[in-house]
Amino acid sequence: MQPPPASAQAIVCHELTKQFGDFRAVDKITLSVAQGEIFGFLGANGAGKTTAMRMLCGLSYPSAGQATVAGFDVYRQQEKIKQNIGYMSQKFSLYENLTILENIEFFGGIYGLSNQQLRAKSEELITTLGLHKEAKKLVGSLPLGWKQKLAFSVAIIHEPKIVFLDEPTGGVDPVTRRQFWDLIYAAADRGITNFVTTHYMDEAEYCNRVSIMVDGRVEALDSPANLKLQYHADSMDEVFYQLARGAQRGE
Amino acid sequence: MGAVTLQNIRKTYEKGTVLAVDDVSFTVEPGELFGLIGPDGAGKTSIFRILTTLLLADSGTATVDGHDVRKDYRAIRSTVGYMPGKFSLYQDLTVEENLSFFATLFETTIAANYDLIKEIYEQIEPFKTRRAGQLSGGMKQKLALCCALIHKPTVLFLDEPTTGVDAVSRKEFWDMLGRLKQQGITILVSTPYMDEATRCERIALMQSGKILSIDTPANIIKAYPGKLYAVKADAMHPLLHHLRAYPAARSSYAFGEFVHVAFWDDQADDDEALRQYLAGKKHTGIVIKPITPSIEDRFIDLMTAAPANAHATATR
Repeated sequence: MQPPPASAQAIVCHELTKQFGDFRAVDKITLSVAQGEIFGFLGANGAGKTTAMRMLCGLSYPSAGQATVAGFDVYRQQEKIKQNIGYMSQKFSLYENLTILENIEFFGGIYGLSNQQLRAKSEELITTLGLHKEAKKLVGSLPLGWKQKLAFSVAIIHEPKIVFLDEPTGGVDPVTRRQFWDLIYAAADRGITNFVTTHYMDEAEYCNRVSIMVDGRVEALDSPANLKLQYHADSMDEVFYQLARGAQRGE
Repeated sequence: MGAVTLQNIRKTYEKGTVLAVDDVSFTVEPGELFGLIGPDGAGKTSIFRILTTLLLADSGTATVDGHDVRKDYRAIRSTVGYMPGKFSLYQDLTVEENLSFFATLFETTIAANYDLIKEIYEQIEPFKTRRAGQLSGGMKQKLALCCALIHKPTVLFLDEPTTGVDAVSRKEFWDMLGRLKQQGITILVSTPYMDEATRCERIALMQSGKILSIDTPANIIKAYPGKLYAVKADAMHPLLHHLRAYPAARSSYAFGEFVHVAFWDDQADDDEALRQYLAGKKHTGIVIKPITPSIEDRFIDLMTAAPANAHATATR
């Protein structure tokens, strides 16, 4: 085992940059996210969020700058990063043609849980989500909202230090969307850092801090309350609009 | 005669085991901007596909411009415009080629109806020799809209045109729809974003294949039962727990920086009683103010009042 990171920062990045040819997708972003924090990573389409996230998840090498995730270096310790994070998105989360139980076993197995741990985790997870009757049904037959709640629980089945959530609530009904955030709060209470992107501006308010990317740069970073003060806005929707309408590039 | 009518439309999948559209009836008037508002699995896409004659309903009848979707499908196909939720243009044709392809299919030319698409097309014209597959999401969306409009359709069907689109681009898209409406085109549009509902003249709130309510956005908000309060305190997470445990509260849920609270029986001193309860729980910085409900508040209210077969209807 590696020694635990010296600081209580889950993510630290300094002037992190990604260049594709003559296009600078991510332009010197600097931010740090505390262990257990709920961090909203916002930006217009094409602002560079996905590229930045891919670097932080150990899926793509930066062109310049430094970053550590869970204490591991994004250049040299990509595999370590992958073992210590969870990831879910709206697009890919679970295997539709496996049952709920099979998905749990599959992902738990990938993250190296023992059979004993797997049994305990499966039971705990199915009870928390109230899915006893559905445990042996195919994931494809579940409503999207249930699927997303299950996907989140599976993404943190190995108790990672950080979970990356890429538009986890897109298309989810307003009641289930709020239940999803209850799961995020519960994970944060257990010390898991939640790094989340969303197009729902009311959800930005549920974050401890929020960054807003415009054209590859982090243009604003603070708590929702402070951002609203700074931009003389009543809502995060207004803050976002003020910052992002000046964007030069599309997706 | 409405531009679009549905009567008792029902649609199931998987040999009848998945109920996607459950006895839906409504009418869209000519020239109206009508919204189907609801999450994934509400049945929006199935309704669009039935109306555009791409899918047959199990039962019920529907017409578009007076044509029956079953018998007169050819007439409907030649007059309506349809922009599916999934990008469906030819990725390896250029912007211009896609547009002239669709114009030719409908036996017209780009020049004939250029007025209608001018404002939108000008934004993608600099890229007209680029292949559609190489466009950004926003530009793809604009091209798809141009292709759906190029034959000057009588009715325009837009299935979730703003899903996954950022808040700024969403506002721009709705501004564009408002201007199209002024040209007299009937527009039926779906969205999972409740805040977009107020951009429509009338809306149907949908959940699990059923219509929960159908009216103007203003009337839907007016129908909210009782008073609604926005509540805030310094410690938000404990606040939510305490509010959920408060017996007089009918519902309480997070809404942006506030928690929205509705009561079982509206009393004159609801807010004062709640303030004392929260003070007793050692909350500080308590703010309680009456607010006008939003469409999302009404949707949540309707959903929780009738906790229908929340999971019988899973897929599109």
